[in-house]
Amino acid sequence: MLDFAIGHFNTVTYILLMMIGFHAMTSKTNLVKKVVGMNIFQWSIILFIVSLAAKQGATIPIVLGGHDDHGVAPILEASQYVNPLPHVLMLTAIVVGLATTGVALALLLRIYKRYGTLEEDELLEKIQTSG
Amino acid sequence: MNAAHESLVIRTICRLVAVFTQLFGLYVIMHGHSSPGGGFQGGVILASSFILLAVSDGIGEVQRRFSLKALTILTSAGVFLYAGIGVVCLLLGANFLDYGILPLPEPRSLGMLGIEIGVGVTVMAATVSIFRDLMLFE
Amino acid sequence: MNIHQSAIPVLIVIVPLLTALALPVVELWKRSAVFPLTLAALAFSFGASVVTAREVLANGPIDYYMGGWEPPWGIAFRIDHLSALMLLLLGCITLLVGIYSKRSILKELPEKEAPFYSVYLLLVTGLTGLVSTADMFNLYVFLEIASLTSYALISVGGGVAVVSAFRYVILGTVGAAFYLLGVGYLYSVTGSLNMADLASILPDLYESNVVLVGFAFLVIGLSIKMALFPMHAWLPGAYSNAPSAVSALIAATTTKVAAYVLIRVMYFVFEPRFSIDTIPVTMLLSWMGAIAMVLGSLMAIAQSDLKRMLAYSSVAQIGYIVLGVGMANAMGFTGGFLHIVNHAFMKGGLFLVAGAIIYRTGIREIRGLRHLSVRMPWTAATFVVCALAMIGIPPTGGFFSKLYLILGAIAANHWAFVAVILVSSVLGLTYMVNVVRYMYFAPAEGEAIPAGITPGAVVREEVPLTMLAPMLILAVGVILLGLFNGEIVSQFIDPSIPERLAR
Repeated sequence: MLDFAIGHFNTVTYILLMMIGFHAMTSKTNLVKKVVGMNIFQWSIILFIVSLAAKQGATIPIVLGGHDDHGVAPILEASQYVNPLPHVLMLTAIVVGLATTGVALALLLRIYKRYGTLEEDELLEKIQTSG
Repeated sequence: MNAAHESLVIRTICRLVAVFTQLFGLYVIMHGHSSPGGGFQGGVILASSFILLAVSDGIGEVQRRFSLKALTILTSAGVFLYAGIGVVCLLLGANFLDYGILPLPEPRSLGMLGIEIGVGVTVMAATVSIFRDLMLFE
Repeated sequence: MNIHQSAIPVLIVIVPLLTALALPVVELWKRSAVFPLTLAALAFSFGASVVTAREVLANGPIDYYMGGWEPPWGIAFRIDHLSALMLLLLGCITLLVGIYSKRSILKELPEKEAPFYSVYLLLVTGLTGLVSTADMFNLYVFLEIASLTSYALISVGGGVAVVSAFRYVILGTVGAAFYLLGVGYLYSVTGSLNMADLASILPDLYESNVVLVGFAFLVIGLSIKMALFPMHAWLPGAYSNAPSAVSALIAATTTKVAAYVLIRVMYFVFEPRFSIDTIPVTMLLSWMGAIAMVLGSLMAIAQSDLKRMLAYSSVAQIGYIVLGVGMANAMGFTGGFLHIVNHAFMKGGLFLVAGAIIYRTGIREIRGLRHLSVRMPWTAATFVVCALAMIGIPPTGGFFSKLYLILGAIAANHWAFVAVILVSSVLGLTYMVNVVRYMYFAPAEGEAIPAGITPGAVVREEVPLTMLAPMLILAVGVILLGLFNGEIVSQFIDPSIPERLAR
């Protein structure tokens, strides 16, 4: 059991982070903490997929030396470079996370302006009374 | 954060650091294809220089340098640069974003550079405007 | 200028994107040009989708490689028959709601048309890109574009709408994150993101745990986006509190598109035998759909607010679609997909009617709809036509999709599902006829007349033409979908049914 956890520690880590984020989203009553939990949730998944790209003993995926005079790149061995595709995909996912956080924070500002509170239980009471 | 910070030391240091941050951000955008970096990362670094100025000098200072009109135009300009390069490739007969057909020396490299610049400009303008809206909300 | 004929599908996505970002700049220059530019972009998108559909029907699926890179190295767009049908649907609905929205949004949000229409066009970009792409990760990007813009559009309603939008943000992000995780799992064992490529690599790997878990994450993430019971908690608040034009647009498009993606993943990326034999997902989805149908209809009967009733009715209708998908035979698949098209038109029309009523009279309660047939005759007539379609009366489209579903259930010997479909149709009859009763037939003498309706004041005040025309077009469209459903099935759906299901 323990060597399974150590051998697959990226999976164990992301599951722990995801559950922490999920706990924050569901059981905290402050709306800002829910947004933070949502952020942790997304980032755990991003971390996991980036960790899929790593290889033992491989280097970063930048070709040193570039092109020679005829515009031909030197011959590469793909197995010596870290897989760059998950990195690029997760860049896009990070941008999506940034935009989602921006939208959520803007919504929180409007909720605060309209109802004066960011606690979920007080908020529900105010919605019941004023609508 | 709406008013300037009182300490002279903080304001001076932040202004110095902001200049170097912007330089580094431009470096990251330009060298995106051959070192870690690229459009989004450089754009966020550029935006963080403005956010640093807002923290130290007050949001009024940033508003003076970067009006809402300029932010709007920059956001759109970046995406137009990106999609414009793609549509130019389309008009020249190849697929969308197929840079090989541009009549420039080293078309693929320059096409990617143009795209990264577009992305960087849009990300910077969008991040600064998000922060500005959050700070100016009453 | 020599744009390839086959570049038209890409333009369907790019033109709304460019226009969305041109609108803030146009606003600085001349505000009155914002709305015509929006309509021009929507009309172009619709026209291009008509051209694309004709090309697909004539010559087969269209493949378009971004940047000239072929799959599996590059991102590809693939328009086949189902995508063409969805593009037509999206183009039509977004154009009609766009025409409708001018008056109602001007009333709720003065001076802010440019941001509203900019976000609206970004939503159109996300939805059309979602149905056109053949790359799993590109689909996630477009899914999030559509979701983020819909969160923003829902919050325009102010007040409770912002809280509903916040709840939708949290739940929708969880759903999209699960989808991303599923894509990551599949990528980690296959190394490919292209749908056709995955379909060829995956069959050797169906026994591996990673693929099973990845598939589970995909299905659950898409079910949250689709508001399948029990993950529908965001839907009633979001639909009923949003401004009416936005309700109509989102009710007609976002959940249907998520259902379309689920069909793609279950039957085209994974072979049908995986969803039927290896994990009995289809059985699980069918039962979830059946429960949604009954519970959604029961909740709808209990509502007194018109838009909330329509929202719970949407939960029930999504149950129909998922039941059709889960039945795993040709009739069920046809019924489910046909119901996607029909429900978009029907629910879109119903929400537009609710919006027209609120625009003219401010009434949201069902009990306040007395004498509506005299005050707003065309609006009430549209409601009746769409209600008949929802119940499933020929010759409207709703009848044919339910017929296919019943035939599919009979062919698979699932008599319980036949009973469920009939029961929920009767429940649907109940809540729809209730509203029609208030609109057309005056109440009994002893009932109290709510404030705002003076007895004897039967002044006819209809909504303006820009709001009335889209409603009437949708009502006519509902009837046309019923009359021409044979064509739709034979041209668009039959060529796309996967082989295993055709037995």
